[in-house]
Amino acid sequence: MTERSFMRRLTSGLVPAVPYLWLGVFFLVPFLIVLKISLSDPAVAQPPYRPVFDWSDVAGFFGALDLENFEMLTQDDLYLRATISSVRIAAVSTLLLLLVGFPIAYGMARAPERYRSLLVALVILPFWTSFLIRIYAWIAILKPEGLLTQALMALGLISEPLDILNTEAAVYIGIVYAYLPFMVLPLYATLEKMDDTLLEAALDLGSTPWRSFWTITVPLAMPGIVAGSLLCFIPAVGEFVIPDLLGGSETLMIGRQLWSEFFSNRDWPLASAVAILLLIILVVPIVIYRDVEARRVEARP
Amino acid sequence: MNRRLSLFNVTSLVIGFAFLYLPILLLVIYSFNASRLVTVWGGFSTQWYGALFRNQALMEAAWVTLRIALLSATFATILGTLAALALTRYGRFPGRTLFTGMVYAPMVMPEVITGLSLLLFFVAIDLDRGFWTITLAHTTLTMCFVTVVVQSRLMTFDRSLEEAAMDLGAPPMRTFFTVTLPLIAPSIVAGFLLAFTLSMDDLVIASFNAGPGATTLPIKIYSQVRLGLSPEVNAASAILIGIVTLGVISATLISKRSVLRSRRNAH
Repeated sequence: MTERSFMRRLTSGLVPAVPYLWLGVFFLVPFLIVLKISLSDPAVAQPPYRPVFDWSDVAGFFGALDLENFEMLTQDDLYLRATISSVRIAAVSTLLLLLVGFPIAYGMARAPERYRSLLVALVILPFWTSFLIRIYAWIAILKPEGLLTQALMALGLISEPLDILNTEAAVYIGIVYAYLPFMVLPLYATLEKMDDTLLEAALDLGSTPWRSFWTITVPLAMPGIVAGSLLCFIPAVGEFVIPDLLGGSETLMIGRQLWSEFFSNRDWPLASAVAILLLIILVVPIVIYRDVEARRVEARP
Repeated sequence: MNRRLSLFNVTSLVIGFAFLYLPILLLVIYSFNASRLVTVWGGFSTQWYGALFRNQALMEAAWVTLRIALLSATFATILGTLAALALTRYGRFPGRTLFTGMVYAPMVMPEVITGLSLLLFFVAIDLDRGFWTITLAHTTLTMCFVTVVVQSRLMTFDRSLEEAAMDLGAPPMRTFFTVTLPLIAPSIVAGFLLAFTLSMDDLVIASFNAGPGATTLPIKIYSQVRLGLSPEVNAASAILIGIVTLGVISATLISKRSVLRSRRNAH
């Protein structure tokens, strides 16, 4: 009996149909609604937008769509600045994550084999504790009379209290801290498989360790570098909690803008337009990530 | 293979893990602080834990969060396992590309977009915001994580076992329940736990979809944090960290034992 007929008889197509339908209803349809609402006008009544679907009037439905909200996004340079600053903050954070994550992943990959699974577990463990709580912990550390200032003053390294909280530096610290497992794990996965004899051969042939690192280790770790960077960059662009709790009022980020359009200004169509804008920024990295990930899962032995 | 840790390797590991664990550790230590000032040590005390349990609103939010997490993780585990089976055992079915896209997209999609789009959907179908809208939203998000976890297990296990069972005349359903399911069970448990924690932890999607009468713990904590640090939040955080640590340790021990047992049976 072939496998196909086994599965076909098992459920006659029900297995793919149920999750397919679920994601269609709760992921795809909501998405189309956001698109539709981003093109409609705000109404005074609750909920604050005009009716979504009126099947009796299909022509009117399409006629009512306009780009007014998107025009507003281009007219007010707040959104442009928020977009640029989100991408910049996410890119700098991703770079910092690579710089911090690579030595950790490298150390893990070179550790004796019997310790490796423990080290992996130790990297994952903080991920299981609440994201909000881990960010909250940094407030007490970074605030002007906080624990970092206390420690540095006790060591005599500084004489004035440090004021890092509510600055962009605090946002970087928060993102690097919260996303570190997402960077370390893919890097570790590729570095662990690396063949050390390549480095030895390079060394024997007179290459400097620095040069071997760039010509051998980095190219071989590339799949991990790409996966880890995308896994950090994509959610960082739309991050809300970290800039809101650690950043100052001048830390502009698009996720935060969407939140305030929705919760403070109650302008749902504009919030939807911001969501579409954010999605357009992320479409390319998301597609690349999906490809990388699908290939990785399917390539497993 | 001869691998040795250099001084650089050891230093980066020590600093890296200190960076990961120090903030959590400080938070737990300061939850036993007698002083109301969160960052000034005023002696050991458990008073904030008492205050926490007397805080009716916080306790209620915790109960709501727990129920949502249990329900949505259960739904997500069923849906995610089905999706993983679909992706690994069904070859090319119509719309497979769209399906893979829909599985991976919610995992990397910024939460603000997922939250907003689901909310607008619930408004469009006229479903009142509250307990059920959060549960549905969390199910949708977390089932994708379950899918990936279960899928990677389904891809690595020896498929000849399934074939052998069927060659010996086991009907497909029976083959699934007696061969496939026990083999992928650890990954299903891992997927459930992941879905459960993600739901317990989520602030953004829950905020968009919460209504009157359904406030979750993260929403509560977030609104308190915005007003300033509070020792009660420290105590609540320390309890959550304790639960997670215990859970992860026991899950590791259970899976280690089952690995040992299956190895013993194999010999």
